[in-house]
Amino acid sequence: MKLAQNLFEPAKSQISAEHINRPSTTMLQDAWRRFKKNKLAMAGLITLASLILFAFIGPYLIKYNYYTNDLMNQYLNPSWIHPFGTDALGRDTMARLMYGGQVSLAIGFVSVLINLSIGVFYGGISGYFGGRIDNLMMRIIDIIYSVPDLLYVILLMVVMGKGGLLNIMIVLGIVNWMGMARIVRGQILTLREQEYVLASRTLGASTSRLMLKHLIPNAMGPIIITSALAIPSAIFMEAFLSFIGIGIQPPFASWGSLAAEGRLNIPSYPYALFFPAAAIAITMLAFNFVGDGLRDAFDPKMRK
Amino acid sequence: MAVREEYILEVNNLVKHFPLGGGLFSKKQQVVQAVNGISLKVKRGETLGIVGESGCGKSTAGRSIIRLYEPTAGQIIFEGKDVTKAQGNDLMELRRNMQMIFQDPYASLNPRMTVGDIVAEALDIHKLASGQKRTNRIYELLKIVGLNPEHANRFPHEFSGGQRQRIGIARALAVNPSLIICDEPISALDVSIQAQVVNMLEELQEKLGLTYLFIAHDLSMVKYISHRIAVMYLGRIVELTSSKDLYANPMHPYTQGLLSAIPIPDPHVEAQRRRIIPKGNVPSPIAPPSGCYFRTRCPHAMEVCAKEAPELTEMGNEHLVACHLLKK
Repeated sequence: MKLAQNLFEPAKSQISAEHINRPSTTMLQDAWRRFKKNKLAMAGLITLASLILFAFIGPYLIKYNYYTNDLMNQYLNPSWIHPFGTDALGRDTMARLMYGGQVSLAIGFVSVLINLSIGVFYGGISGYFGGRIDNLMMRIIDIIYSVPDLLYVILLMVVMGKGGLLNIMIVLGIVNWMGMARIVRGQILTLREQEYVLASRTLGASTSRLMLKHLIPNAMGPIIITSALAIPSAIFMEAFLSFIGIGIQPPFASWGSLAAEGRLNIPSYPYALFFPAAAIAITMLAFNFVGDGLRDAFDPKMRK
Repeated sequence: MAVREEYILEVNNLVKHFPLGGGLFSKKQQVVQAVNGISLKVKRGETLGIVGESGCGKSTAGRSIIRLYEPTAGQIIFEGKDVTKAQGNDLMELRRNMQMIFQDPYASLNPRMTVGDIVAEALDIHKLASGQKRTNRIYELLKIVGLNPEHANRFPHEFSGGQRQRIGIARALAVNPSLIICDEPISALDVSIQAQVVNMLEELQEKLGLTYLFIAHDLSMVKYISHRIAVMYLGRIVELTSSKDLYANPMHPYTQGLLSAIPIPDPHVEAQRRRIIPKGNVPSPIAPPSGCYFRTRCPHAMEVCAKEAPELTEMGNEHLVACHLLKK
């Protein structure tokens, strides 16, 4: 068979080679897509959202408040009128749990925000400048680490005057930043040798530009994960402080102080301890699931 | 634009040593001698290739010239100004005139920035353009490197290796530099894309009158793009000449060995090709041998090679070689 040249013509390419079909996605969209697929993490997120609604919207929906005594109705068991029962002064436990939740969650978020700012700043400087400065700054962290947390917290609480909400937030923030600083420093240390950072330096970028545009945005994944996992530990720490009596002072309440009050009469009225303890446990679990989910979502190796 | 007889860059005796991290308490400091006194001159409009095996200091040399590293010693004169002493405004001006293209297209673009922001970074840093002017310049730069303007809002991970490398080139071009240091710009790409990028670099040189310092280890590609080639071994230049001359008449034993490794695309000639394989391995740059660095592996090593380091001397026709064999 003979094939004549004119039987052939070049195929017309439909799309140019430069065309990109895939929709444009940012890092956060990408992470969210992966996060959504993680059932446990989504359950944690939904639980958290419900807890936040419970603590911040709930008080408007019930007719009791956290401070009105009702001495005729002390230590009631859960019922339709008082779903979680009442405490030693006849106050509605659910109202107190909602209010305590506000305090506990606010302490968790704000103290981690403080922790985050100190940690990113300190770790960023240490990792960026490296060498001797880095060495010195990391040894300082080692020294702070070697002092037991609790001792440190108790001393600070004594110095700052115990009990204030703001004081507790600040203390928890300045106790826990070392872990964040170490993680940020490690990230910056590897990122600053990346070629895009070198490229930016050859363009004459200033230190602050390198930090804000290149280094910190690329360290964001680990920073978010660490923060998410630091929130439950801050809440737990506050609960513990309130439990041993140097945290939130009555009539204000946090989940920890409610648990401490409930402890007094466990044999007769176990409900008073059960509900705050359950609230703490559920929050811990939910935050940890969310944190693990974030870790997977930001891990580039999980990318599909 | 043709090559002009005017030197845009002069490097004199550039040395870069890296201290090897001793701890807080150890006193003994070891030093990696990455670049050990290199001198070269680059003419305006030409492409000077730098070749050598991994770890011979070619990238370090490039990065020292553009002041990513502070040189340990030596002088770098760029357009009549001493680069090593530039500060403040002088340094910023230098940054506008000298740019770099990096090796790894996957690591050289910030994954959190859009292509438009990456390309426009120089405009932002040097406050060259803003608003509509900035957008227009981004589109213009993307068009120069053959990308669509609508790619400006996308992120680097959506592009292929060749496209990413072209984004890197657009970023370097944003400041209208006169010298571009290409640090193995094609070694991470596959062959078909290599040709595409190299051709584009040549076109740009033609159009914009660029000068390239082209660092690579792929000999055939360097031969294709370079006017002159410098061969480096263990932090020193052993031979520097025009690319035609280097391939036709390699004088240094190391260059001869390097060139003998290139396969020839002709089965009859290829059958007769003999590889000259230097014995042993490259010595450690922490403790290089005395005298000529190549003497431990050189088939023609003599007594004098251990005592004296050979100078880079002209053998006629701008052919510089550093070898005692050729002194007589």
